[in-house]
Amino acid sequence: MLRLEPRSTQSLWAAWLSPMLALTLTAVTGGFIFLAMGKDPGIVLYIYFIEPLTSASGLSEVAVKAGPLVLIGIGLSFGFRAGIWNIGAEGQYIAGAIAGGGLAVYWYESTSSLLLPAMLLTGILGGMAWAAIPALLKTRFNANEILVSLMLVYVAELLLIHLVQGPWRNPMGWGFPGTRMFPDAATMPLLFTGKRVHLGNTLILVAPFVAWLLLARTQFGFQIRLFGLAPLAARHAGVPGQRMVWQSLLIGGGLAGLAGVIEATSTIGQLIPDISPGYGFTAIIVAFLGRLHPIGVLLAGIAIAVTYIGGEGAQISARLPSAVTGLFQGIILFYLLAFDLFTRYKIVIPARQEARQ
Amino acid sequence: MQTTNPPLLSLTGIQKTFPDCIANDAIDLDVQSGQIHALLGENGAGKSTLVKIIYGVLRPDQGNIRWNGVDVQIANPAQARELGIGMVFQHFSLFEALTTLENIALALPHEDHDKLRDRLVKTGEVYGLALQPDRHVHELSMGERQRIEIVRCLLQDPKLLILDEPTSVLTPQETETMFETLRKLAAESRAILYISHKLEEVRSLCDKATILREGRRVDDCIPSTETVRSLAEKMIGKRVKSVKKQLVTQQKPVSLRVSSLATRSHQPYGVDLSDVQLEVRGGEILGIAGIAGNGQIELMDALSGEAGSPVAGKIEILGVEATHLDTNERRNLGAAFVPEERIGQAAVANMTLIENSFLTAATRMKFVRNGLIDWGAVSGFTQNIVRNFDVRTTGVSALANSLSGGNLQKFIVGREILQEPRLLIVSQPTWGVDAGAAAAIHEKIQLLVNTGAAVLIISQDLDEIFLLCDWIAVISQGTLSTTTRVTEITPEDVGLLMGVRHTQQKKTEYATA
Repeated sequence: MLRLEPRSTQSLWAAWLSPMLALTLTAVTGGFIFLAMGKDPGIVLYIYFIEPLTSASGLSEVAVKAGPLVLIGIGLSFGFRAGIWNIGAEGQYIAGAIAGGGLAVYWYESTSSLLLPAMLLTGILGGMAWAAIPALLKTRFNANEILVSLMLVYVAELLLIHLVQGPWRNPMGWGFPGTRMFPDAATMPLLFTGKRVHLGNTLILVAPFVAWLLLARTQFGFQIRLFGLAPLAARHAGVPGQRMVWQSLLIGGGLAGLAGVIEATSTIGQLIPDISPGYGFTAIIVAFLGRLHPIGVLLAGIAIAVTYIGGEGAQISARLPSAVTGLFQGIILFYLLAFDLFTRYKIVIPARQEARQ
Repeated sequence: MQTTNPPLLSLTGIQKTFPDCIANDAIDLDVQSGQIHALLGENGAGKSTLVKIIYGVLRPDQGNIRWNGVDVQIANPAQARELGIGMVFQHFSLFEALTTLENIALALPHEDHDKLRDRLVKTGEVYGLALQPDRHVHELSMGERQRIEIVRCLLQDPKLLILDEPTSVLTPQETETMFETLRKLAAESRAILYISHKLEEVRSLCDKATILREGRRVDDCIPSTETVRSLAEKMIGKRVKSVKKQLVTQQKPVSLRVSSLATRSHQPYGVDLSDVQLEVRGGEILGIAGIAGNGQIELMDALSGEAGSPVAGKIEILGVEATHLDTNERRNLGAAFVPEERIGQAAVANMTLIENSFLTAATRMKFVRNGLIDWGAVSGFTQNIVRNFDVRTTGVSALANSLSGGNLQKFIVGREILQEPRLLIVSQPTWGVDAGAAAAIHEKIQLLVNTGAAVLIISQDLDEIFLLCDWIAVISQGTLSTTTRVTEITPEDVGLLMGVRHTQQKKTEYATA
């Protein structure tokens, strides 16, 4: 029988090679799947992974998708580094969109230049408030943050549906679920006319750098890493454990909330039930694919965004089902976890042991 | 006479290489029936690797194993047991929540419980290993737990019994009882391979000794004809330096005062401290002896502030009431702490030495400027530690888990001492550390004390306490004995104090117990 043994040393090199290999093998596996579906794998893979990067509009779309993924992924990576498993970013994203979007619903005729900043701020606060629930329950009652944060996703989704079908429904919307379209004062400025990429997307250039500075150069970042690696050593270093739980959840929730309100104020321009194509969950893959490192998360967010855009392209030009996008993301995570196992463990074939069986 | 028989076990040219070291290099070893054979060496000398090869846990790269004159391949422990080799490991493999009988039954799954109960009681009586089959292991002392392990081996009637550092957790009395058992076993012409680095023990117990150093066999000798010093020199390979103690001429003020301290443990098998009193003055070392699991961890956590506020009592550090201060506030008063757990508490395995320096030195050394960590300064500090404490490492960016136990402990102790504390509290400073590193650590602690700092050492190692300390107190069941000058107490007295609950008013309790 084969056995897994922990490796005595883990190389940084292997840690970064593993996502690269995972992406490569995902493409290869995808190729075989396309072949089995009767498509030319070369063409489909080109549509999938290359075409989105060859045109300005493709790049713009990639940035639009990468924006929320990177923002949420970075927030989550703080928690994951601290060993706090917030997997409810999807709910915090929705809570942020609701809290920020609510301002535009209320002041739908406003022209104030303060409206958008105020929405972003309340969006952050909304996401934080949603993440504060698992933080409170964990620090008070030692409730498992994985379950609490996950279940709150469905609460947030139902709350959103209730609002956009009930009290916040657009009176001129012919009964469709959804709020009024946000006024111009509540809309993200576009970066280029004719392209959807907007001011909010520029955060993906700022957030990784700020996160890196926090993690690598401040005592707070050190404490986050320490708390995740060795809780007892964190205690020895005087790190307040409860505060770490609060801070890492609030950072994750705040950034997810910000991503949510940015999405509502930009490409969507209103609150609708389908405000997220699962960004909060996909960002978990992004965080791990990026090794919980801010720059890695940026690259991983772009890579996953490409699969979204490529998936759309493949639906249109290769007539592939939309499920292929989810399939790809699943395969990436599968390979990533598999390779990660081998960076930490090695396979041992026990020698001549079977003689005794 | 014995030399005419083939040895029970004969190893020739055993070679075992690990990726980063040669653990065993062409080792020869002959073990005769009826002999207690010592395998003597520092930590890392290759003793454990060698016995793991004998017990079938590891396979040698090269070399020959003969059993009763016949070549054998020992593929796994089950096969070793079939041949008649039994082993008691250093770290017990007992389930605390199960009874003695249940633990033994796990090793012998085909035995009927009632028969097994009779057998183990009988075996225990024959060898002086009294056992209570139905008590839960977590209630038992380390000595009792070890008896379970030994009886478990004896039930399989081994010809060769291997014991890995058996006395490291025992009181002097328990040790003496175990020695009698071992002598009885040897008289039945069983062979015993006794692994130790305790020289006094080897001298009084063993018929023969094989000394290993850095993976090689350096000598075979008859321990009773050697002195402790000559054995130590063979084992360490250089002249043993003894630490010089400075005579305290004038009593300095009290640096640590603990009065009526009581704590409540939140751990399943934790110990509550009750009514602990102690004082340590500048320029002096107080040693707290005791068997593991009697409140040492809880005392350390209470003193460092990691356990939160105690339920009762007072802690004063360098004249300041510190009972409710947190760990870093206590550090800022001038205290430093070295907890027992090296990896996971004192240091983080997957962080670099630089990051590990920052771990406890951040506040006192003011490494944070304008909100940013000055990693350059931390790196300089770390280089200082590595240089001054002779930490063998590939560099300050090496991960903590790349260091050997002794080097990591030198690093941890160095990190605290270089912060120039006025009070150092150390738990198990040299536990599991090789003799060279232990001597270096002892020397540095003594140097710190000579500058007027106060030191509290919590240790299971009585030799260490008698070597270093000016004062001694014994912890047992969460209570602390009165403090006595080391010159006014013998190890045997300390051994007696290890088994009783202390009420500090009645100093003579142990004499009547």
